[in-house]
Amino acid sequence: MDDLYRELIIERYKNPLYRGELDPHDISFEDDNPLCGDHIRIDLRVDQDDIVRDARFAGHGCAISQASADLLVEAVIGQSLEQVKGLTKEDLLDMLGIELGPVRLKCALLSLKVLKAGVYGLGEANDDLVE
Amino acid sequence: MIQSIKPAPSIGKALDVERVRADFPILQRQARPGTPLVYLDSTATSQKPLQVIQAMDEYYRANNANIHRGIHTLAEEATAAYEGARERIARFIQAPSPRQVIFTRNTTESINLVAFSWGRANLNSGDVIVLTEMEHHSNLVPWQMLAAEKDLRLEFIPVTPQGLLDLDAYRGLLELEPKLVSFTHMSNVLGTINPAKEIIQLAHAAGAITLVDGAQSVPHFAVSVQDLDADFLAFSAHKMLGPTGIGVLYGRKSILEKMPPYMGGGDMIKRVSLRSFVPNSLPHKFEAGTPAIAEAVGLGAAVDYLSSTGMDEIAQHEHDLTAYAIERLEEVPGVWIFGPPAQDKGGVVSFTFEGVHPHDVSQILDSQGVAVRAGHHCAMPLHEKFNLPATARASFYLYNTQAEVDRLVEGLYQVRAIFGQ
Repeated sequence: MDDLYRELIIERYKNPLYRGELDPHDISFEDDNPLCGDHIRIDLRVDQDDIVRDARFAGHGCAISQASADLLVEAVIGQSLEQVKGLTKEDLLDMLGIELGPVRLKCALLSLKVLKAGVYGLGEANDDLVE
Repeated sequence: MIQSIKPAPSIGKALDVERVRADFPILQRQARPGTPLVYLDSTATSQKPLQVIQAMDEYYRANNANIHRGIHTLAEEATAAYEGARERIARFIQAPSPRQVIFTRNTTESINLVAFSWGRANLNSGDVIVLTEMEHHSNLVPWQMLAAEKDLRLEFIPVTPQGLLDLDAYRGLLELEPKLVSFTHMSNVLGTINPAKEIIQLAHAAGAITLVDGAQSVPHFAVSVQDLDADFLAFSAHKMLGPTGIGVLYGRKSILEKMPPYMGGGDMIKRVSLRSFVPNSLPHKFEAGTPAIAEAVGLGAAVDYLSSTGMDEIAQHEHDLTAYAIERLEEVPGVWIFGPPAQDKGGVVSFTFEGVHPHDVSQILDSQGVAVRAGHHCAMPLHEKFNLPATARASFYLYNTQAEVDRLVEGLYQVRAIFGQ
């Protein structure tokens, strides 16, 4: 339990560094986790070289989903869209530094699904994006 | 002056919870080594007593065969066990006849059966169905599907900020002359016990028939279809100490007899030729294919267990526990309880915790061995109305104790500690 709610996660949940929206933005996508009612929106600004120059997330949900979104958005600033497309479940779990069961994994991965669906320009965020 | 001493109201014998708990093997296990399990999620599904587990085990060991057709000893025993369960369930809900008790897969399938058999045959474009804002998705979506197919109009009895149905608004909706009023007897989120008898009387006076979603009421207090005068009652075995995979639809005989079959196949027919069939009589008309025989046996054993324990005693126990839980939860800073006071509800306490998502509450409680449910509990519209993405829910049954409520409260103080409040 102490692992799951390590200080980083509680801190990023209570005081996120990248919460907000970008207007204008180049890429924006949002989706829900229907099991939990978690909701995440991610906005990106991308320059002509396809480098993410700024990123923000909005939404609501549990500490795991919100902290994961904050850490993910922080990580992608400065990355190329190709690098973002290559992000995996393991990358995100490394950022969080915790191990999760199947139910809570969905909370953690919602932000990655939303991000990749936005970057790929897909109409929906499906689970294959994070497998 | 001599006053006659009135006898105490007959509360009956108090429930011997420790004796009850000894019947439930799963309650003896630990959530993890060193942490006893506190199961507060019976609204999702109840635990099963040995009597139910053994009845199903015994059926498979000694009596298993397919029912209704075989002329051999096992087939006759299996048929007797299956039909015997139907008779016990009919008595349990005071159905006039076991032929009015149809076995389905669960409450959801029972409601779908009514929607797609009775509804398709009897409802036409523009007809009104009245539901409530506190319905489980199982009593919303089948009607939404039918409404799209038949161009029906759905209306909803509003829920007041206190978590009760607005009966004045309901009287107004009845002026639309609905064909059906379908409502939950007890909310799985708010715990509200709705005045079913009054709702049904008003519906009948307006010419509507009624369906009662009894998924949360039948397991927890005595429900009589005759006293309610309900046209349909739907419930699930797994929420009332029985197995998953079997549920019940009770129906008024005159309505069931006129309804077309829902699914086609074996057992629901009297005679079949290559291009046509003659449906079987009640209740078999609605039971196509080999049914859940062992599960029916298990449900029969569950009904016996509940009856011998006493539904009034169970209801009283849950009421006392709920009142105690509300009192204790209100002590915890940051906890807000969603739903009416204890006198208007059954053993369900949904709550939020300021600044902490219900999933995190549930996860931290789980680390203390306390199982509660978090989410929208299959009632998204109700949560949206009150602007709640999710709630945590503790629910009680005959085997829960005050000491377990205390464990819940200790767990909530742990939530405060972890989230630094």
